[in-house]
Amino acid sequence: MGKKVTINGTQFTVEGDRTILDVCRESGIRVPTLCHDERLEPYGGCRLCLVEVKGIPRPLASCTTPVQDGMEIITESETLTRLRKMSLSLILSNHPNDCMCCEEAGACALQELAYEYDVDGRRFAGEVWDLPVREDNPFITYEPNKCILCARCTRICQEVVMADTIELTGRGFNTMPDTAYRGPRTLENCEFCGQCVSTCPTGALTDRKGRGKGRAPRMKKVKTTCSYCGTGCNFFLNVKDGRVVKVTSDYDAPVNRGNLCIKGRYGYDFIHSDERIKTPLIKKDGKFVEATWDEALGLVANRFTELIQKYGPDKVGGFSSSRCTNEENYLLAKWVRCAIGSNNVDNCARV
Amino acid sequence: MAGLATSLGAGAATNSLSQMPDIDTLFLFGSNPTEGHPIVSLWLKKALRRGAKLIVGDPRKTWMAKRADVWLNLRPGSNIAMLNGLIHVILQNGWENRDFIAKRTEGFDELFAKVREYDPGRVEDLTGVPAEKIIEAARLYSHADKAMIVYGLGVTEHRTGTENAMAIANLALVCGQLGRPSTGIMALRGQNNVQGASDLGPLPATLPGYQPVSDEKVRSKFEQAWKVKISPKPGLKSVEMLDECKRGNFKGIFILGEDPAQTDPDLHHVRAALEATEFLVVQDIFHTETTRFADVILPGASFAEKDGTFTNGERRVQRVRKAIEPVAGMAEWQVLSRLSTLMGYQMHYNHPSEIMDEIAGLVPIYGGISYDRLKEKGIQWPCPTKDHPGTTTLYTDLFSRPGGLAKFVALDHKGPGEVPDEQYPFVLITGRIREHYNNGSMTRRCAGISEVVPEELLEISPEDADALQITDGGFVTVSSRRGEIRVKAKVTKRSQPGNVFLTFHHRDALTNILTSEYRDPITGTPEYKSCAVRIDRYTLA
Repeated sequence: MGKKVTINGTQFTVEGDRTILDVCRESGIRVPTLCHDERLEPYGGCRLCLVEVKGIPRPLASCTTPVQDGMEIITESETLTRLRKMSLSLILSNHPNDCMCCEEAGACALQELAYEYDVDGRRFAGEVWDLPVREDNPFITYEPNKCILCARCTRICQEVVMADTIELTGRGFNTMPDTAYRGPRTLENCEFCGQCVSTCPTGALTDRKGRGKGRAPRMKKVKTTCSYCGTGCNFFLNVKDGRVVKVTSDYDAPVNRGNLCIKGRYGYDFIHSDERIKTPLIKKDGKFVEATWDEALGLVANRFTELIQKYGPDKVGGFSSSRCTNEENYLLAKWVRCAIGSNNVDNCARV
Repeated sequence: MAGLATSLGAGAATNSLSQMPDIDTLFLFGSNPTEGHPIVSLWLKKALRRGAKLIVGDPRKTWMAKRADVWLNLRPGSNIAMLNGLIHVILQNGWENRDFIAKRTEGFDELFAKVREYDPGRVEDLTGVPAEKIIEAARLYSHADKAMIVYGLGVTEHRTGTENAMAIANLALVCGQLGRPSTGIMALRGQNNVQGASDLGPLPATLPGYQPVSDEKVRSKFEQAWKVKISPKPGLKSVEMLDECKRGNFKGIFILGEDPAQTDPDLHHVRAALEATEFLVVQDIFHTETTRFADVILPGASFAEKDGTFTNGERRVQRVRKAIEPVAGMAEWQVLSRLSTLMGYQMHYNHPSEIMDEIAGLVPIYGGISYDRLKEKGIQWPCPTKDHPGTTTLYTDLFSRPGGLAKFVALDHKGPGEVPDEQYPFVLITGRIREHYNNGSMTRRCAGISEVVPEELLEISPEDADALQITDGGFVTVSSRRGEIRVKAKVTKRSQPGNVFLTFHHRDALTNILTSEYRDPITGTPEYKSCAVRIDRYTLA
């Protein structure tokens, strides 16, 4: 039996165990969050997802409250707005507010909410962090001053990756996510999967390789499938000026739900490597000489045709690639059977 | 994958990745997903966090092995003995699923007779794993409500690879652990599109969609569509083509995006074969060991430069989308079309979607697939018609063999092709690490990745390192009957005494000079996972 709940005056029937936030998101009702990520267990840390439930004297965090039959829920009210503004003001009181040169500007959840709720960092003046930017590894840049202590990075590292690279270190005002003994990230303690970067709602953790290469709104994002192992993760190639400059998560992907590994997230530079073969090459006197497509394909067609005529189609064949697309594999199989006339076609690496 | 095809009908994983969190008992066999398939490992970790029991069959003490309820640290190449032993224990204790065996399988009597010979004591001798661990693993697997076997290249990259996969199917069938959500056999595929490449016909004995070239009906369907006569004679496997080349009996090869001169075993042989080929064309995105032997090199397009589809390890056909123009002006599908047309067989496609439409017309399992249906989530085959939603779990009612029954195959332990001896006392296992990929041509060119893992390291156990006076980071010479390489040593408990481990990602330490020439006779898959080597400390003279 489904549970009947009312959200902002509209009735919904809910099957199974869902939180209020789940139901709101599934029904297209927007509830602001900072510490929530669907890949993680509910946390209830940022207090932005507060909602009012009739009969309960205080607001509840929608991300940690299970839906019960008969609940009447309000997601927007003056009280809720006041509380959300307060939370955001407190967060921004210890934040650099340097959005004009922040890598994350345009993709920053905190920036978006500050704009939406019209708050800035001036309401509460006090001590602020003044810690150096950390670039102790090739992949992940850490700007602790921009951390809002939502713990998404430490939770994804512990709950999802189970790598335990980082956790919340220190106490009170000095609490911050960091490695053991605040040492550098190395392969000994970190997988460099960048999951922490993908979940960070601010500019505290960013992809070092993509820094300065263009902000989110300027990127053409192309959803595609990873070309490394057989898992088939989806992600977005971020393209600017005809170059792939970054990979970002696709949270709707059926296989990986936004998760990626080191190769998927950071293994894209080969695309623009100077060592790419850029023109056909024909071997002449033991050396490779650049050629046009017409020359090269003309030569290949003639030589294969000669071989077929001289030795018969059974002496010619093709190896296909598990790296190429389905369509290309099909075409190679078709080419060998139709243009050569044999069945000598195989997957080279049978792994 | 020929193994699963023989036993169950289709050479493909039976379930979906997203079903993994609900597994009750996970049997991870010859797979190290935290390194080889990191995102699959995240699904499995979810199951572990929910309290799933874990059995790991692996000679290396992997991340998963450390957390296993039962770690079966078997000798490399003793997979069949282990699986027969597990089935023996299950049958002896009456833990089998008799109903399932009776209704959905055939050949049980032969299996029963065979596995009787594999009592835990004998299996302990063959595998090196204590009998009580084998009994406990059998209990955990057979008693689970939903048990899944996840296997990797540690199963297939043996000379008995196909039989290993059949032995895995035997175990699942005996317990009825198949044909339900979160319950089945998942084979983790090594390369991004192994599944698709197998599905779509670059195989010598089958036309696209596993349709035998020897079947006249199949041939006539393709002949009508392709408007040519198709030879009924199965072609040569890639390894056979190379063998024939070396003998001077094979003249021309087109190699699309592969690097056999680095990634195939017994490299000296492969290189001699490529050298002897009269006309060799290689298409790749980088110069590789293989392109050196080419007469013509054609530039390839990376996945970012073309439209198309890949099929993943759970049979999901997903879109690849063009993000930038091909660096060399053309993608492979365009090159093949032009080449074919020049050779007198016309091929004209405006877009890869037209090729997929042609595939859908000829390959029943892809019958309902077209680009307009692949926008967000992809589709898992079999998808026979336009209105079919795809298939998340295979074999819920029938197996895809004639008669709908799965088949038990009685198998014997054979062991690896090459075993350690006095001269070559160590077993070399090869595999991947998380940071790199295959011949490394892509990952070695990625900033950061090459920085954190710049070189090959030989993993060796502390006990063996002590005995040979090898220090962590010191140079060693690794030699086999076929050649030798020099690498740095990494002393780690991940390696068991007697076993060492190397990857094959680095061009300056060609691991496959060492690996043996033994292959699975059915699929031709090389025995990458086991060969005999000796290790010597290397000191600068």
